[in-house]
Amino acid sequence: FMQRGLDSQTKKQLEEEEKKIISEEHWYLDLPDLKEKESFIIEERSFMPCEDLLYGRMSFKGFNPEVEKLMVQMNSKWKEEEIEVDDKMEADVSDEEMARRYETLVGTIGKKFLRKRDHRVLQDEDEDGNSNTRPSKKAKKKFLKPQD
Amino acid sequence: CACAAMAAAEACVGQVVLPGDVLLLPAHPDEDGERLRLGTAAAPRGRLLCGPGLRRCAAGLLVTKCGLLRHRPAGGGAAAGGAYWVDSQQKRYVPVKGDHVIGIVTAKAGDVFKLDVGGSEQASLSYLAFEGATKRNRPNVQVGDLIYGQFLVANKDMEPEMVCIDSSGRSSGMGIIGQDGFLFKVSLGLIRKLLAPKCEIIQELSQLYPFELVLGMNGRIWVKAKTVQQTLIIVNILEASEYMTAVQRKQALAKLSGN
Repeated sequence: FMQRGLDSQTKKQLEEEEKKIISEEHWYLDLPDLKEKESFIIEERSFMPCEDLLYGRMSFKGFNPEVEKLMVQMNSKWKEEEIEVDDKMEADVSDEEMARRYETLVGTIGKKFLRKRDHRVLQDEDEDGNSNTRPSKKAKKKFLKPQD
Repeated sequence: CACAAMAAAEACVGQVVLPGDVLLLPAHPDEDGERLRLGTAAAPRGRLLCGPGLRRCAAGLLVTKCGLLRHRPAGGGAAAGGAYWVDSQQKRYVPVKGDHVIGIVTAKAGDVFKLDVGGSEQASLSYLAFEGATKRNRPNVQVGDLIYGQFLVANKDMEPEMVCIDSSGRSSGMGIIGQDGFLFKVSLGLIRKLLAPKCEIIQELSQLYPFELVLGMNGRIWVKAKTVQQTLIIVNILEASEYMTAVQRKQALAKLSGN
Protein backbone atom coordinates (compact mmCIF):
# COMPACT_ATOMS: atom_id res chain seq x y z
CA PHE A 1 0.00 0.00 0.00
CA MET A 2 2.41 2.66 1.11
CA GLN A 3 5.62 1.85 -0.65
CA ARG A 4 8.87 3.64 -0.24
CA GLY A 5 10.37 5.50 -3.10
CA LEU A 6 7.17 5.93 -5.07
CA ASP A 7 7.09 8.89 -7.36
CA SER A 8 4.50 11.51 -6.64
CA GLN A 9 2.91 10.78 -9.99
CA THR A 10 2.49 7.12 -9.36
CA LYS A 11 1.16 7.94 -5.91
CA LYS A 12 -1.47 10.21 -7.42
CA GLN A 13 -2.45 7.56 -9.91
CA LEU A 14 -2.85 5.01 -7.18
CA GLU A 15 -5.01 7.37 -5.14
CA GLU A 16 -7.22 8.13 -8.08
CA GLU A 17 -7.70 4.47 -8.76
CA GLU A 18 -8.63 3.85 -5.16
CA LYS A 19 -11.11 6.68 -5.22
CA LYS A 20 -12.71 5.30 -8.37
CA ILE A 21 -13.09 1.90 -6.83
CA ILE A 22 -14.60 3.38 -3.71
CA SER A 23 -17.02 5.64 -5.54
CA GLU A 24 -18.34 2.82 -7.66
CA GLU A 25 -18.97 0.64 -4.67
CA HIS A 26 -20.25 3.51 -2.58
CA TRP A 27 -23.97 3.07 -1.96
CA TYR A 28 -26.22 6.05 -2.18
CA LEU A 29 -29.91 6.58 -2.06
CA ASP A 30 -31.59 7.23 -5.33
CA LEU A 31 -34.17 9.46 -3.72
CA PRO A 32 -34.50 13.12 -4.55
CA ASP A 33 -33.29 15.53 -1.89
CA LEU A 34 -36.01 16.16 0.65
CA LYS A 35 -36.76 19.79 1.26
CA GLU A 36 -36.17 20.92 4.77
CA LYS A 37 -39.55 21.84 6.02
CA GLU A 38 -40.99 23.33 9.18
CA SER A 39 -37.76 24.94 10.23
CA PHE A 40 -39.64 27.40 12.37
CA ILE A 41 -40.82 24.95 15.02
CA ILE A 42 -38.22 24.24 17.66
CA GLU A 43 -38.62 21.26 19.92
CA GLU A 44 -37.63 21.90 23.48
CA ARG A 45 -37.70 19.42 26.33
CA SER A 46 -36.96 21.80 29.14
CA PHE A 47 -39.45 23.97 30.98
CA MET A 48 -37.05 26.85 31.50
CA PRO A 49 -37.65 28.86 28.32
CA CYS A 50 -41.38 28.17 28.35
CA GLU A 51 -42.25 29.37 31.80
CA ASP A 52 -39.41 31.79 32.60
CA LEU A 53 -38.55 30.06 35.84
CA LEU A 54 -36.44 31.80 38.44
CA TYR A 55 -33.05 30.72 39.66
CA GLY A 56 -33.13 27.73 42.00
CA ARG A 57 -31.08 29.08 44.89
CA MET A 58 -32.87 31.52 47.14
CA SER A 59 -32.16 33.14 50.45
CA PHE A 60 -34.42 35.38 52.53
CA LYS A 61 -33.91 37.95 55.25
CA GLY A 62 -30.16 37.94 54.84
CA PHE A 63 -29.56 34.31 55.73
CA ASN A 64 -26.94 33.90 53.03
CA PRO A 65 -25.81 37.26 51.56
CA GLU A 66 -23.94 35.72 48.65
CA VAL A 67 -27.01 33.84 47.51
CA GLU A 68 -29.08 37.01 47.81
CA LYS A 69 -26.64 38.84 45.56
CA LEU A 70 -26.84 35.95 43.13
CA MET A 71 -30.61 36.07 43.18
CA VAL A 72 -30.63 39.69 42.12
CA GLN A 73 -28.06 39.04 39.45
CA MET A 74 -29.59 35.93 37.92
CA ASN A 75 -33.17 37.04 38.01
CA SER A 76 -32.51 40.42 36.53
CA LYS A 77 -30.66 38.71 33.72
CA TRP A 78 -33.90 37.33 32.44
CA LYS A 79 -35.81 40.56 32.72
CA GLU A 80 -33.22 42.82 31.16
CA GLU A 81 -31.19 41.25 28.44
CA GLU A 82 -28.23 43.49 29.09
CA ILE A 83 -26.15 42.46 32.04
CA GLU A 84 -25.38 45.61 33.95
CA VAL A 85 -21.72 45.92 34.64
CA ASP A 86 -20.85 47.52 37.93
CA ASP A 87 -20.86 51.21 37.17
CA LYS A 88 -19.34 52.27 40.41
CA MET A 89 -16.74 50.01 41.84
CA GLU A 90 -16.65 50.52 45.56
CA ALA A 91 -13.32 52.13 46.17
CA ASP A 92 -11.14 50.84 48.95
CA VAL A 93 -9.50 54.21 49.29
CA SER A 94 -11.58 57.39 49.21
CA ASP A 95 -10.97 60.04 46.60
CA GLU A 96 -9.59 62.57 49.08
CA GLU A 97 -7.07 60.20 50.49
CA MET A 98 -6.04 59.25 46.99
CA ALA A 99 -5.43 62.87 46.08
CA ARG A 100 -3.32 63.47 49.21
CA ARG A 101 -1.20 60.41 48.66
CA TYR A 102 -0.68 61.22 45.04
CA GLU A 103 0.57 64.73 45.84
CA THR A 104 3.29 63.46 48.16
CA LEU A 105 4.07 60.57 45.86
CA VAL A 106 4.80 62.83 42.91
CA GLY A 107 7.17 64.87 45.08
CA THR A 108 9.17 61.93 46.37
CA ILE A 109 9.53 60.21 43.03
CA GLY A 110 10.35 63.50 41.38
CA LYS A 111 13.28 64.09 43.75
CA LYS A 112 14.74 60.75 42.76
CA PHE A 113 15.11 61.84 39.19
CA LEU A 114 16.78 65.15 39.98
CA ARG A 115 19.92 63.28 40.86
CA LYS A 116 20.02 61.28 37.69
CA ARG A 117 21.39 62.53 34.44
CA ASP A 118 18.93 64.35 32.33
CA HIS A 119 18.57 62.15 29.29
CA ARG A 120 16.50 64.72 27.47
CA VAL A 121 19.37 67.20 27.55
CA LEU A 122 21.77 64.65 26.11
CA GLN A 123 19.40 63.88 23.29
CA ASP A 124 19.00 67.57 22.46
CA GLU A 125 22.72 68.01 22.28
CA ASP A 126 23.00 65.14 19.88
CA GLU A 127 20.33 66.49 17.60
CA ASP A 128 21.59 70.08 17.58
CA GLY A 129 25.27 69.63 17.13
CA ASN A 130 25.76 66.41 15.27
CA SER A 131 28.82 67.42 13.37
CA ASN A 132 30.41 69.06 16.36
CA THR A 133 29.93 66.34 18.88
CA ARG A 134 30.48 63.32 16.77
CA PRO A 135 34.05 63.93 15.70
CA SER A 136 34.91 65.01 19.21
CA LYS A 137 33.43 61.81 20.58
CA LYS A 138 35.14 59.82 17.96
CA ALA A 139 38.37 61.54 18.77
CA LYS A 140 37.96 60.64 22.40
CA LYS A 141 37.18 57.06 21.70
CA LYS A 142 40.00 56.47 19.29
CA PHE A 143 43.08 54.97 20.62
CA LEU A 144 45.70 57.67 21.02
CA LYS A 145 49.02 56.44 20.03
CA PRO A 146 51.67 57.43 22.44
CA GLN A 147 53.86 59.94 20.77
CA ASP A 148 57.40 58.98 20.58
CA CYS B 1 -64.26 19.56 26.35
CA ALA B 2 -64.12 18.34 22.79
CA CYS B 3 -62.71 14.85 22.47
CA ALA B 4 -61.74 15.32 18.86
CA ALA B 5 -58.34 13.96 18.01
CA MET B 6 -57.55 16.89 15.81
CA ALA B 7 -58.19 20.44 16.82
CA ALA B 8 -56.76 23.86 16.32
CA ALA B 9 -53.97 24.61 18.74
CA GLU B 10 -55.34 27.90 19.90
CA ALA B 11 -58.72 26.43 20.74
CA CYS B 12 -57.24 23.94 23.19
CA VAL B 13 -55.21 26.31 25.29
CA GLY B 14 -56.10 25.77 28.93
CA GLN B 15 -57.90 22.52 28.26
CA VAL B 16 -56.93 18.98 28.99
CA VAL B 17 -55.15 17.26 26.12
CA LEU B 18 -54.35 13.56 25.86
CA PRO B 19 -51.49 11.78 24.15
CA GLY B 20 -52.31 11.24 20.51
CA ASP B 21 -54.14 14.51 19.98
CA VAL B 22 -52.93 16.48 17.03
CA LEU B 23 -52.91 20.24 17.34
CA LEU B 24 -53.19 22.04 14.07
CA LEU B 25 -51.28 25.21 13.68
CA PRO B 26 -52.83 28.04 11.68
CA ALA B 27 -52.45 27.32 8.01
CA HIS B 28 -49.47 29.04 6.61
CA PRO B 29 -48.89 29.96 2.98
CA ASP B 30 -46.68 28.04 0.66
CA GLU B 31 -43.23 27.29 1.95
CA ASP B 32 -41.36 28.74 -0.94
CA GLY B 33 -43.46 31.84 -0.86
CA GLU B 34 -42.87 32.18 2.87
CA ARG B 35 -39.16 31.80 2.44
CA LEU B 36 -39.09 34.80 0.19
CA ARG B 37 -41.47 36.85 2.26
CA LEU B 38 -39.72 36.25 5.57
CA GLY B 39 -36.82 38.22 4.33
CA THR B 40 -38.70 41.42 3.70
CA ALA B 41 -41.60 41.55 6.12
CA ALA B 42 -41.35 40.57 9.76
CA ALA B 43 -42.54 36.98 10.16
CA PRO B 44 -45.92 36.99 11.90
CA ARG B 45 -45.11 34.01 14.02
CA GLY B 46 -41.36 33.87 14.09
CA ARG B 47 -40.11 30.64 15.53
CA LEU B 48 -42.59 28.59 17.46
CA LEU B 49 -41.31 26.84 20.56
CA CYS B 50 -42.67 23.34 20.96
CA GLY B 51 -42.19 22.63 24.64
CA PRO B 52 -42.29 19.53 26.83
CA GLY B 53 -45.13 17.14 26.13
CA LEU B 54 -45.37 18.11 22.47
CA ARG B 55 -43.71 16.87 19.32
CA ARG B 56 -43.57 18.04 15.77
CA CYS B 57 -45.58 16.07 13.27
CA ALA B 58 -46.67 16.50 9.71
CA ALA B 59 -49.86 18.39 10.40
CA GLY B 60 -48.82 20.38 13.44
CA LEU B 61 -48.03 19.39 17.01
CA LEU B 62 -48.55 15.94 18.46
CA VAL B 63 -49.33 15.65 22.17
CA THR B 64 -47.28 13.05 24.04
CA LYS B 65 -48.26 13.74 27.66
CA CYS B 66 -51.61 14.32 29.26
CA GLY B 67 -52.20 17.63 30.95
CA LEU B 68 -53.28 21.17 30.34
CA LEU B 69 -52.12 22.90 27.21
CA ARG B 70 -50.39 26.18 27.91
CA HIS B 71 -49.48 28.93 25.53
CA ARG B 72 -47.29 31.94 25.80
CA PRO B 73 -47.93 34.48 23.10
CA ALA B 74 -45.13 35.89 21.06
CA GLY B 75 -43.31 38.70 22.73
CA GLY B 76 -39.86 40.20 23.05
CA GLY B 77 -37.34 38.93 25.51
CA ALA B 78 -35.77 35.53 25.72
CA ALA B 79 -37.79 33.61 23.16
CA ALA B 80 -39.24 35.39 20.22
CA GLY B 81 -42.28 33.69 18.89
CA GLY B 82 -44.99 31.92 20.79
CA ALA B 83 -44.54 28.80 22.88
CA TYR B 84 -46.87 25.86 23.44
CA TRP B 85 -46.33 23.23 26.10
CA VAL B 86 -48.24 20.71 28.18
CA ASP B 87 -48.42 21.32 31.90
CA SER B 88 -48.33 17.79 33.24
CA GLN B 89 -47.74 16.42 36.71
CA GLN B 90 -45.33 13.68 37.62
CA LYS B 91 -43.02 12.68 40.42
CA ARG B 92 -40.38 10.89 38.40
CA TYR B 93 -37.69 13.09 36.90
CA VAL B 94 -36.20 12.59 33.45
CA PRO B 95 -32.87 14.39 32.97
CA VAL B 96 -33.07 17.29 30.56
CA LYS B 97 -30.13 19.30 29.28
CA GLY B 98 -29.75 22.63 30.98
CA ASP B 99 -31.81 21.83 34.06
CA HIS B 100 -30.40 22.75 37.46
CA VAL B 101 -30.74 19.82 39.85
CA ILE B 102 -29.65 18.70 43.28
CA GLY B 103 -27.62 15.51 43.19
CA ILE B 104 -26.33 13.26 45.97
CA VAL B 105 -22.79 11.95 45.57
CA THR B 106 -22.87 8.15 45.71
CA ALA B 107 -19.41 7.18 44.53
CA LYS B 108 -16.02 8.56 43.67
CA ALA B 109 -14.52 6.69 40.75
CA GLY B 110 -11.12 8.14 40.05
CA ASP B 111 -11.65 11.50 38.42
CA VAL B 112 -15.38 11.32 38.22
CA PHE B 113 -18.14 11.50 40.81
CA LYS B 114 -21.34 9.53 40.44
CA LEU B 115 -24.43 11.46 41.47
CA ASP B 116 -27.92 10.25 42.13
CA VAL B 117 -30.33 12.72 40.52
CA GLY B 118 -33.49 10.68 40.69
CA GLY B 119 -33.37 9.56 37.08
CA SER B 120 -32.97 6.12 35.62
CA GLU B 121 -29.19 6.42 35.61
CA GLN B 122 -26.67 8.05 37.82
CA ALA B 123 -25.13 11.23 36.46
CA SER B 124 -21.40 11.68 36.21
CA LEU B 125 -19.60 14.81 37.33
CA SER B 126 -15.96 15.42 36.58
CA TYR B 127 -13.80 16.95 39.30
CA LEU B 128 -12.64 19.59 36.83
CA ALA B 129 -16.16 20.91 36.37
CA PHE B 130 -15.98 23.14 39.43
CA GLU B 131 -14.93 26.76 39.48
CA GLY B 132 -11.21 27.10 40.04
CA ALA B 133 -10.53 23.37 39.90
CA THR B 134 -7.29 22.14 38.44
CA LYS B 135 -5.54 18.82 38.53
CA ARG B 136 -3.64 19.89 41.62
CA ASN B 137 -6.48 21.82 43.23
CA ARG B 138 -9.27 19.27 43.56
CA PRO B 139 -12.67 20.10 45.02
CA ASN B 140 -13.37 18.63 48.41
CA VAL B 141 -16.30 16.37 47.60
CA GLN B 142 -17.18 13.38 49.78
CA VAL B 143 -19.69 10.60 49.33
CA GLY B 144 -23.03 11.81 50.62
CA ASP B 145 -22.51 15.49 49.75
CA LEU B 146 -25.19 17.51 48.01
CA ILE B 147 -24.30 19.15 44.74
CA TYR B 148 -26.26 21.78 42.83
CA GLY B 149 -25.37 21.63 39.17
CA GLN B 150 -26.76 21.60 35.67
CA PHE B 151 -26.89 18.96 33.00
CA LEU B 152 -24.43 19.21 30.18
CA VAL B 153 -25.54 16.05 28.40
CA ALA B 154 -28.90 14.46 29.01
CA ASN B 155 -30.56 12.26 26.44
CA LYS B 156 -32.01 8.79 26.42
CA ASP B 157 -29.00 7.26 24.70
CA MET B 158 -26.19 8.43 26.94
CA GLU B 159 -25.33 8.60 30.59
CA PRO B 160 -26.22 12.06 31.90
CA GLU B 161 -23.32 14.37 32.65
CA MET B 162 -23.39 17.27 35.04
CA VAL B 163 -21.23 20.30 35.54
CA CYS B 164 -21.04 22.92 38.26
CA ILE B 165 -19.89 25.81 36.11
CA ASP B 166 -21.66 27.72 33.40
CA SER B 167 -20.49 28.41 29.89
CA SER B 168 -18.27 31.30 30.97
CA GLY B 169 -16.48 29.24 33.58
CA ARG B 170 -18.07 30.82 36.64
CA SER B 171 -19.92 28.79 39.22
CA SER B 172 -22.87 31.21 39.54
CA GLY B 173 -24.15 29.55 42.68
CA MET B 174 -23.60 25.96 41.65
CA GLY B 175 -21.36 23.53 43.47
CA ILE B 176 -21.39 21.81 46.84
CA ILE B 177 -24.32 22.78 49.04
CA GLY B 178 -23.17 23.53 52.55
CA GLN B 179 -23.56 21.76 55.83
CA ASP B 180 -26.80 21.14 57.73
CA GLY B 181 -30.14 21.77 56.20
CA PHE B 182 -32.81 19.31 55.16
CA LEU B 183 -33.38 17.62 51.81
CA PHE B 184 -36.79 16.31 50.78
CA LYS B 185 -38.61 15.35 47.62
CA VAL B 186 -41.74 16.82 46.09
CA SER B 187 -43.48 16.44 42.78
CA LEU B 188 -42.15 18.21 39.71
CA GLY B 189 -45.27 20.30 39.27
CA LEU B 190 -44.81 21.89 42.69
CA ILE B 191 -41.22 22.81 41.89
CA ARG B 192 -42.34 24.63 38.79
CA LYS B 193 -45.04 26.40 40.75
CA LEU B 194 -42.49 27.50 43.33
CA LEU B 195 -40.08 28.70 40.69
CA ALA B 196 -42.67 30.74 38.86
CA PRO B 197 -41.83 34.46 38.79
CA LYS B 198 -44.32 35.61 41.40
CA CYS B 199 -44.92 32.68 43.67
CA GLU B 200 -47.15 33.47 46.60
CA ILE B 201 -45.94 30.53 48.66
CA ILE B 202 -42.36 31.71 48.54
CA GLN B 203 -43.32 35.31 49.18
CA GLU B 204 -45.38 34.39 52.22
CA LEU B 205 -42.70 32.09 53.59
CA SER B 206 -40.04 34.73 53.19
CA GLN B 207 -41.92 36.93 55.63
CA LEU B 208 -41.68 34.32 58.39
CA TYR B 209 -38.02 33.99 59.24
CA PRO B 210 -34.65 34.02 57.51
CA PHE B 211 -33.89 30.83 55.67
CA GLU B 212 -32.11 29.50 52.63
CA LEU B 213 -33.68 27.40 49.92
CA VAL B 214 -32.34 25.43 46.98
CA LEU B 215 -34.82 24.04 44.47
CA GLY B 216 -33.75 21.34 42.07
CA MET B 217 -35.76 20.62 38.95
CA ASN B 218 -35.61 16.92 39.83
CA GLY B 219 -38.10 17.44 42.61
CA ARG B 220 -35.60 17.87 45.44
CA ILE B 221 -35.67 20.82 47.80
CA TRP B 222 -33.03 21.69 50.37
CA VAL B 223 -33.94 24.03 53.20
CA LYS B 224 -31.80 25.53 55.91
CA ALA B 225 -32.93 27.84 58.70
CA LYS B 226 -31.43 28.94 61.98
CA THR B 227 -32.98 26.25 64.15
CA VAL B 228 -34.10 22.72 63.43
CA GLN B 229 -37.67 23.58 64.36
CA GLN B 230 -37.87 26.44 61.87
CA THR B 231 -36.40 24.22 59.16
CA LEU B 232 -39.00 21.54 59.79
CA ILE B 233 -41.82 24.06 59.76
CA ILE B 234 -40.75 25.30 56.34
CA VAL B 235 -40.42 21.74 55.09
CA ASN B 236 -43.94 20.88 56.24
CA ILE B 237 -45.44 23.98 54.65
CA LEU B 238 -43.73 23.34 51.34
CA GLU B 239 -44.83 19.73 51.24
CA ALA B 240 -48.37 20.55 52.21
CA SER B 241 -48.69 23.52 49.86
CA GLU B 242 -49.15 21.13 46.98
CA TYR B 243 -52.64 20.32 48.13
CA MET B 244 -53.56 23.29 50.31
CA THR B 245 -55.62 26.10 48.94
CA ALA B 246 -54.39 29.64 49.29
CA VAL B 247 -56.81 30.33 52.14
CA GLN B 248 -55.68 27.29 54.13
CA ARG B 249 -52.08 28.22 53.62
CA LYS B 250 -52.61 31.74 54.86
CA GLN B 251 -54.39 30.41 57.92
CA ALA B 252 -51.52 28.06 58.69
CA LEU B 253 -48.97 30.81 58.29
CA ALA B 254 -50.97 33.19 60.42
CA LYS B 255 -50.97 30.61 63.22
CA LEU B 256 -47.22 30.24 62.92
CA SER B 257 -46.38 33.88 62.89
CA GLY B 258 -48.68 34.32 65.84
CA ASN B 259 -46.77 31.69 67.86
